[in-house]
Amino acid sequence: MSNITDLSALELRDAIAGGEVSAVEATRAYLATIERTDPQVRAFNEVLAENALAQAQAVDAARTAGEKLGPLAGVPLAVKDNLATPYGKTTCSSKILAEFRAPYAATVVEKLHAAGAVILGKTNLDEFAMGSSTENSGFEATRNPWDLSRVPGGSSGGSAAAVAARQCAAALGSDTGGSIRQPAGFCGVVGFKPTYGRVSRYGLVAYGSSLDQIGPLTRDVPDAAMLTAAIAGHDPKDSTSLPADVPDYLSEVEHPIENLRVGLPREFYSDALDAEINAAIHAAAETYRNAGADIVEVSLPHSRIDRDEQGKLSSYAVACYYIVAMAEASSNLARYDGVHYGHRTDEAVDDIIQLYSRSRAEGFGPEVKRRIMLGTYTLSAGYYDAYYNKALKVRRLIKNDFDAAFQRCDVVLCPTAPTPAFAIGEKTGDPLTMYLADIYTISVNLAGLPALSLPAGLARDGLPVGMQLIGPALGESTILRAARMYETASGTTRLKPPMLSE
Amino acid sequence: MTDRNDTVTPVIGLEIHVELATETKMFCRCRNHFGDPPNTNVCPVCIGMPGVLPVMNAKAVDYSIRFALAIGCEIPFFTKWDRKSYYYPDLPKNYQISQYDLPLSRQGKLEVPLSDGTTKTIRVLRAHLEEDAGKNVHDNPAHTGVDLNRAGVPLLEIVSEPDMNSVEEVMGYARTMHRLVRWLGVSEANMQMGHMRFEPNINLHVTRDGTTYKTPIIEVKNLNSFKALENSVAWEIDRQYDEWRSDPEGFTLAKLGKQNRGYDDATGRTVLQREKEEAHEYRYFPEPDLVPVTPDAARVEEIRASLGELPLARRQRYVDEYALSLIDADNLTQDPATGELLDEAVRLGGDAKRCVNLLLGRGAALANERTCTIGEIGVTPPQLAELAKMLSDGEINATAAAAVFDEMVAGGGSPRQIAESRGLLAVTDSGQIETWVDEAIAGNAQAVADARSEGKKQKKAFGFLMGQVMQKSRGAAQPAEVQRLLQQKLRS
Repeated sequence: MSNITDLSALELRDAIAGGEVSAVEATRAYLATIERTDPQVRAFNEVLAENALAQAQAVDAARTAGEKLGPLAGVPLAVKDNLATPYGKTTCSSKILAEFRAPYAATVVEKLHAAGAVILGKTNLDEFAMGSSTENSGFEATRNPWDLSRVPGGSSGGSAAAVAARQCAAALGSDTGGSIRQPAGFCGVVGFKPTYGRVSRYGLVAYGSSLDQIGPLTRDVPDAAMLTAAIAGHDPKDSTSLPADVPDYLSEVEHPIENLRVGLPREFYSDALDAEINAAIHAAAETYRNAGADIVEVSLPHSRIDRDEQGKLSSYAVACYYIVAMAEASSNLARYDGVHYGHRTDEAVDDIIQLYSRSRAEGFGPEVKRRIMLGTYTLSAGYYDAYYNKALKVRRLIKNDFDAAFQRCDVVLCPTAPTPAFAIGEKTGDPLTMYLADIYTISVNLAGLPALSLPAGLARDGLPVGMQLIGPALGESTILRAARMYETASGTTRLKPPMLSE
Repeated sequence: MTDRNDTVTPVIGLEIHVELATETKMFCRCRNHFGDPPNTNVCPVCIGMPGVLPVMNAKAVDYSIRFALAIGCEIPFFTKWDRKSYYYPDLPKNYQISQYDLPLSRQGKLEVPLSDGTTKTIRVLRAHLEEDAGKNVHDNPAHTGVDLNRAGVPLLEIVSEPDMNSVEEVMGYARTMHRLVRWLGVSEANMQMGHMRFEPNINLHVTRDGTTYKTPIIEVKNLNSFKALENSVAWEIDRQYDEWRSDPEGFTLAKLGKQNRGYDDATGRTVLQREKEEAHEYRYFPEPDLVPVTPDAARVEEIRASLGELPLARRQRYVDEYALSLIDADNLTQDPATGELLDEAVRLGGDAKRCVNLLLGRGAALANERTCTIGEIGVTPPQLAELAKMLSDGEINATAAAAVFDEMVAGGGSPRQIAESRGLLAVTDSGQIETWVDEAIAGNAQAVADARSEGKKQKKAFGFLMGQVMQKSRGAAQPAEVQRLLQQKLRS
């Protein structure tokens, strides 16, 4: 038996079901890896060892008793700390919720329980999922296992780093503007954001409600298929969840698509793009061509990426995204006021207004405050039409572009991010530059589409490069199959950071 | 009261907030119930915990459509939810889910009956659904408590056009609305429980020497009773005229705009509210956690078909068909059940007038004792019809019928059986009546003489003898037969 933590989630599931490994052994192996590596990586806000072992024992007992096991029975997973768990804390990596314990479980957490999964702990994120590097965590920055001086991406940086560092078999993240895909790209793992509404948001602490979606971070594509199948589906607790049936993604993923049409958006390949990333994406396109796919050029004019006179990147989609997301965030975060739960100031206050403002000033970090202020501004009388309403129109145009593109192709292929992982501290002084880390991912959220990031090899300094496949609404199966075709043909999968071989 | 032949026209609009009588709250399945211990009807959704989502109560939408159709509103095929932002401890999310630019209904109208027998049409601009807030509880000087039992209760906000010009019209509108929402079953509209709250906005158009001045529009917030509504509107009309009179060029809408005032129950006056430091900025935007509501045309028609006869139409029908006075018709149309009882009894052959008299006589008295409506006292249409028929056929007199009516309510049973077992049936046996008549004549010589005379005592004496016979029969003798026999004997 090879090292338990080198198995994919699917392989581990089968090994546990076949009695080769016990769930408790698997859980102990991952807890040991966390103990060894997390002092450097800092992926976890909270490790729930006792809880995890109890869940694992229950799976082993069920197996011994001959009971039918769930599709993730005994598989140790991590969940982003903005998903409500009925045990441990749910902090969103914010001081304002530092001690918050949810009296309920997110629907995805309940589904993981029902599937027999073991929850190892809660992973770090940019505070309230606002950021692209996990440096905005109210607690500490997570490090990229490929280079501990670099960021893991964000906001699901803790989940991505944990999967890359073999601290869990797979993890859940959330993606509002690229928060699953961009850290997956930076950490050399697979990250999948399903169609908006495919997975229930109940219990996901809201950032941008019309954009947020939960999805898996895994070591390979079949694992992404397996986890998506476990968490997808309509939920009566989420009115925006889609009433569509959930296909058997795992059995479909191994069927290559004949005459696959891969679209390359011409607007994404300007001189704005990092040369190595450009080369990696074109090599990926070549891999598809060799596998029998047609490569077609498509156009996404409203997601176009330009350089301005100062050489800075710009895009309608980025502007549109930040207006919509911040407006929704300003409203979603209004409830953290120190009255009903969460951090309340210790200072003496004269009135309720002071209680609100002191508690919020102490509890929120600078990026969250910035987004609340900008969102409040764009929703204000006299500015609504100029900002929010206009952003909604641009959003519609972006979606129309994708609809047109999917008349010509089955999946769109493009980079996940404009650069590989950047250094810790490199962009914290310039929020606008940080926002551009999402330049290839955010139009997907605006259009509500499914998209997956998977490793396309290593670039300079041995850092992973992510490639992104975008599909039409509810095209999860198409994306997973297309991604599996590349993974199989290229052999670029289950990348292992050097720190683990030391 | 006016100076220099000023013409003063009050211009009044009314917002009415009605809590809907759904089992559960608007966006979660907590119980919608008044009077429970604080914070017992709450869950993560209605206390606004992180990550929870609202799920719309379809019954509340049905109720709103039912109300809207009853006042002739248009029901759009697309409406949506919006967030209205403001910070207050009784609003846990610090935004209220409401409807901003695309309400569930608009452009309705209500016919309001006035004391002169006419009606006035008051236009309704819109009626939209929203969630109620909780309550801050100030029962402890050391701190303020927050009770969130009411947070998330479905609230229908009905906004009229400023079509009312007097206290009477405002009260007529409010009471007609109150009766209508109860009639439709969409709200209990219990004023003590805060199911219905009013916010009138009032100003005056004063014409002096050919120039019309408009006073500032005053919105009086959060009135919980009809009395408060009546007093505050009356007070505002007087107050605004006085203020304007002392400063005709300054106390105007153009200079002062709109203002909010509160109402002081103790004095019956409105009081200036401390103005917030900043103007209200609700930052409405579409609620991303809910999908738009697209009322299904077939469902709307189904609801329309279930509306039945509305109170004002029924009242008019009673005036027309049963030749009732407006007041009697009004008393019979306080709720649907009373009219249903009456109409069914008439259909079963009861005389309308006699049925109405029974209902408005003992029926109303018993309903009053039991603080229920006449329709709820427990009399069935067959009972009422049978009792009315017995009256028409002279089988029972009015006094006995009242006793039978009470007995029916107390213990049930057919009126004939009750009358028989209690000996309340009219005696029509001429032999028995003749005996009583003979006894009366034998025992009252002076009255007999008077009754036989042509003098002015004749009528009184005849009545006295009738009374004597009735007394002997203990009220059971059929009066027509008594009269016939008495006249016959006196002539002989």
